[in-house]
Amino acid sequence: MGANPQTIIDKLWDAHVIATRDDGDCLLWVDRHFVHEGSHHGFGQVRERSAMIARPDLTFGTADHYVATRRGAIQDQDCVRMVRQLTQNCAEHGIVCFGDGDPSQGIAHVVAPELGLTLPGLLIVCGDSHTSTHGALGAYAFGIGASEVAHVLMTQCVWQSRPRRMRVRIDGTTGPGVGAKDIAMALIAKYGTGYAQGCAIEYTGAVVRALSVEGRLTLCNLSIESGSRLGLVAPDDKTIAYLRRAPYAPQGEAFARAAQDWLALASDDDAHFDHEISLDAAEIAPIVTWGVSPEQAAPIDSHVPDPARLSDPAKAEAWRDALEYMGLQAGQKISDIRIDRAFIGSCTNSRIEDLRAAAAILKDRKSRVPGLVSPGSRLVQQQAEGEGLDRIFIAAGFEWGGPGCSMCVGMNGDVVPAGERCASTTNRNFKGRQGKGSRTHLMSPSMVAAAAVAGRLCDVRELMRESV
Amino acid sequence: MVPFTILTAPACPLGLENVDTDQLIPARFMQTPRAQGYGGFLLHDLRRTESGSMRVEFVLNDPRYAAAAVMIARNNFGCGSSREAAVYVLADAGFRCVLAPGFGDIFTSNAIQNGLLPARVAACDIESLLHDPSVLAGAPITIDLMEQSVSSGDKTFAFDLRADFRQRLLNGWDTVDMTRSYAKDIEAFLVRDLAARPWRDPVR
Ligand code: SF4
Repeated sequence: MGANPQTIIDKLWDAHVIATRDDGDCLLWVDRHFVHEGSHHGFGQVRERSAMIARPDLTFGTADHYVATRRGAIQDQDCVRMVRQLTQNCAEHGIVCFGDGDPSQGIAHVVAPELGLTLPGLLIVCGDSHTSTHGALGAYAFGIGASEVAHVLMTQCVWQSRPRRMRVRIDGTTGPGVGAKDIAMALIAKYGTGYAQGCAIEYTGAVVRALSVEGRLTLCNLSIESGSRLGLVAPDDKTIAYLRRAPYAPQGEAFARAAQDWLALASDDDAHFDHEISLDAAEIAPIVTWGVSPEQAAPIDSHVPDPARLSDPAKAEAWRDALEYMGLQAGQKISDIRIDRAFIGSCTNSRIEDLRAAAAILKDRKSRVPGLVSPGSRLVQQQAEGEGLDRIFIAAGFEWGGPGCSMCVGMNGDVVPAGERCASTTNRNFKGRQGKGSRTHLMSPSMVAAAAVAGRLCDVRELMRESV
Repeated sequence: MVPFTILTAPACPLGLENVDTDQLIPARFMQTPRAQGYGGFLLHDLRRTESGSMRVEFVLNDPRYAAAAVMIARNNFGCGSSREAAVYVLADAGFRCVLAPGFGDIFTSNAIQNGLLPARVAACDIESLLHDPSVLAGAPITIDLMEQSVSSGDKTFAFDLRADFRQRLLNGWDTVDMTRSYAKDIEAFLVRDLAARPWRDPVR
């Protein structure tokens, strides 16, 4: 190793620094900028200044937040207008846009990795907090706000200060029924939603190495729920294999050179991290949230916790409030909680592997509640249909929808009605997130499938045993 | 942007933890053009009942804090989605400062962009402010950005803010103009970077 061992976070940071100000703030080059319907505030600011877009060739649009995802649903005119506005803004500025109906359309954080727009070593921004997802391929990717969107549109640069570096190590072997979602949720449940505030995370350890690229995308997606703007995984052979032949990735000789550079991004052996935390995979059981913050989660085979046991009065109050909103009793068995509907989708869990995992549980079974599946992109949808997964979902009683954010945030009208309880593969169980008064339980795709079959929160491992 | 130096105003003792941006402004209001004003959406679903009437017991509706320009909250304020509208609702409702032990990262940068001060105050000092009878009575407190201090009566607490964010608020800088002054550095960067990362641009 050289005299100055570096983490992957430092390597990526240094490669993008254009200038450093006296106060430590750095001007960074942005390699890719993804815009969606919600970016209209940013475009509006550009218009107010009568400014030009600096690099339309590095900017890509995709319709996701407001796009209709249920066949035959009557679309709200405001949603139609939001989608049209994105297409128009992109057309006006010469930006490639995967708009409604485009064969590559889908959720930005699903589309960009699968098209090879996301590559290791790139700095990626998007006006969306789950931009952390792209870190799974070894990119430095984070969400920005509307003023920053406008700034990136006009300059292709972003001001940032160097984050503290945190290594999250997950070692051991996961048990049956435990996947990337359970790992990410277990981390947040153990360390809290603020544990990585101000930090960039590198996820390492045997479990992370063993995860597929899809699994890593799920893990990095939830980084924002730990207070961090970004989490990443060093590129390895799986990363390279995932990107080979992706349409926007370098091709042939150029790919070989790039792959060499990408593998060299890994943290040096003795590189220093400001913080280190770890988790033993053997401790992780399939996990679900019971409250209104992702940290309010517990293993499926446990009980709803009792706020009276907490010594911190503010936290106890927050727990009581969560239980009241969720309509739950302290001490109740988690697997006794009945659900009203199920949702499989979102940038957390709508990739082909997620759909396969859910379909494996639903095969030859029936859902007791209405359910919706929204594949993350047209490409995922096509692949799933090619594998016959859509027929499994439909036979189980699920609705097979189109790609978009859908019921993750309910902006397109796909909402969970007030007071109803939804088993969901999404990332936020905030009050009203899936619609006013909605109650969300976050879990993995196979756990949502199991819950749908049981009509209550259910340990997927029971159904896995039955299937054998 | 209006520079931020000293602010003296009543503070709203919100006192909640993990106030996510979905609470600050529910997603359904985000199609509204900014010109229409976002103040009425602030903490909408906490502030109003199902039927839309104001919940009198909710602290933000307390007449003692009607002129509040400071919000006092517990940890992890502004976590969740990157929506800048979560700052618009505060700014348009007249808030210029939020005091909390910790903030969502993206919320913090969005706040700075809009001249809203996200001041990190130690959890014990937040507790003390939340229990301070004069704060609760709606008496003004003073936030001094030069000194990085919060004072209520004869009590003074320090707050934390990144140096660059502090500069930007104090000067009311426009970031786009600032960045444009680096045009030469950007050009030089692009040349040396292409040699280092010939694969950086998308293939068409
Ligand atoms: S799927 Fe949900 S979390 Fe992901 S980008 Fe869409 S709204 Fe945000």
